[in-house]
Amino acid sequence: MKHIKTLNTQTLNNTIKKGGCGECQTSCQSACKTSCTVGNQTCEQSK
Amino acid sequence: MIHQYQNNGYRIVLDVNSGCVHVVDELCYDVIAILRGQNEEQTAESLKSEAVWGLIKETLGEKYPEEELKEALEDITELTEAGQLFVPDTYEPYIGEVIKRKTVVKALCLHIAHDCNLACKYCFAEEGEYHGRRALMSYEVGKKALDFLIANSGTRRNLEVDFFGGEPLMNWQVVKDLVAYGREQEKLHDKHFRFTVTTNGVLLNDEIQDFINQEMDNVVISLDGRKEVNDNMRPFRNGKGSYDLIVPKFQKLADSRNQERYYIRGTFTRNNLDFSEDVKHFADLGFKQMSIEPVVGDETDPYAIRESDLPQIFEEYDKLAQYIIEKENKGEGFNFFHFMIDLEGGPCLSKRLSGCGSGTEYLAVTPWGDFYPCHQFVGDEDFLMGNVEQGITRPEIADEFRCCNVYTKEKCKNCFARFYCSGGCMANAYKYAGGLQDAYDIGCEMERKRVECAIMIKAALAEERK
Repeated sequence: MKHIKTLNTQTLNNTIKKGGCGECQTSCQSACKTSCTVGNQTCEQSK
Repeated sequence: MIHQYQNNGYRIVLDVNSGCVHVVDELCYDVIAILRGQNEEQTAESLKSEAVWGLIKETLGEKYPEEELKEALEDITELTEAGQLFVPDTYEPYIGEVIKRKTVVKALCLHIAHDCNLACKYCFAEEGEYHGRRALMSYEVGKKALDFLIANSGTRRNLEVDFFGGEPLMNWQVVKDLVAYGREQEKLHDKHFRFTVTTNGVLLNDEIQDFINQEMDNVVISLDGRKEVNDNMRPFRNGKGSYDLIVPKFQKLADSRNQERYYIRGTFTRNNLDFSEDVKHFADLGFKQMSIEPVVGDETDPYAIRESDLPQIFEEYDKLAQYIIEKENKGEGFNFFHFMIDLEGGPCLSKRLSGCGSGTEYLAVTPWGDFYPCHQFVGDEDFLMGNVEQGITRPEIADEFRCCNVYTKEKCKNCFARFYCSGGCMANAYKYAGGLQDAYDIGCEMERKRVECAIMIKAALAEERK
């Protein structure tokens, strides 16, 4: 595409299929403790 | 829903519901703005209509060649057909499943010591005491907490236990004994404990460092950045600064972990709104994993962030994002926690809809064994949920937390960042806004800015790698 460069093809709705195992880290256990940072956690299944 | 913005020379189009990020040229950026103005819910069909093409020609025909406009519209239509642009929000029905599912407890924040050897001015734990008395958790209470976690974790294998305080190193023997107990129990129950510790470093020594490296999945070490900034907010009780004592220990610890599986974590306040300098200071000290977070506090606190501070904070985030790109390109990159975003392998929708897990999957345990929804609620009796002896005695509190999400919170419904913060911090909403179903506006503004910067960094680095 000449006008658009797409950075990612993994779409959120695709994660419904594999999602929900719950093995991933709880967000406040990583570093924050004062904010909510779900979006920067990693999926346990993609490790 | 689409969010489009410009940052550092990049024109970015975020398709909120698919999570797809598109970097576009000026022409395409303008076309998308026109399309959204006409209808936020465009479909591949509507984009192919004569009315849409007519509108594009009429509004942008003088600025751009017709052929180019046509190409851009075709690109946009192709992405829409592929489910990467103008994707409708179809997730709300899943909320019912998320709320109804039986949650298990998978993480505990063990308040191993309600006491501290520093007297940080912004401490939400009131110098470690959490509106109560000084206390250390006994081995017995800690053991019962781990037993509770194992018994209530269902089929979940990975269990997280953070040794928190106050200052956990003030009760180190109990930490060591609980780790040993956890290692013994995990074998018996086919579980795996991920232990972590959050420390100010005052009591850190070689023996403790070795134990941390052997047993802790992650360690959060607290420092606010430059010496004068740190020592102003993080003094000892006698007023002396803590920087000189702790920095060499933290550098040694980080190196001993190969600069992995730790975060050096600071707090910025109104006193250091130029906090990008503190992040640079961390980088200059050799740290590779870092986080500097905005203080949360009551408006009347002199150090609290005010709405009028936001323009300067946004500018700092921009400066920091540019600095990170520059360092990355020189091969001197580091991770800044709040700019970390995994566009391909980030959390699944279920996680994004269930939020931080406080009060349901995550509980805080006081030194005497009481349960609260998270560390920030400790000491507020309205949120006392039970204890290690009796378990959860007030499940209605868990239900209340389980029912908070980006579809029940009015402020989240139209926010482009809703799948990144998942509704934000419940404690901040309760303490500094109108309640659990509300959101702390200043925190939201900063979160949106951080998401924009994080995505821009991805765009810049993708371009460099070409």
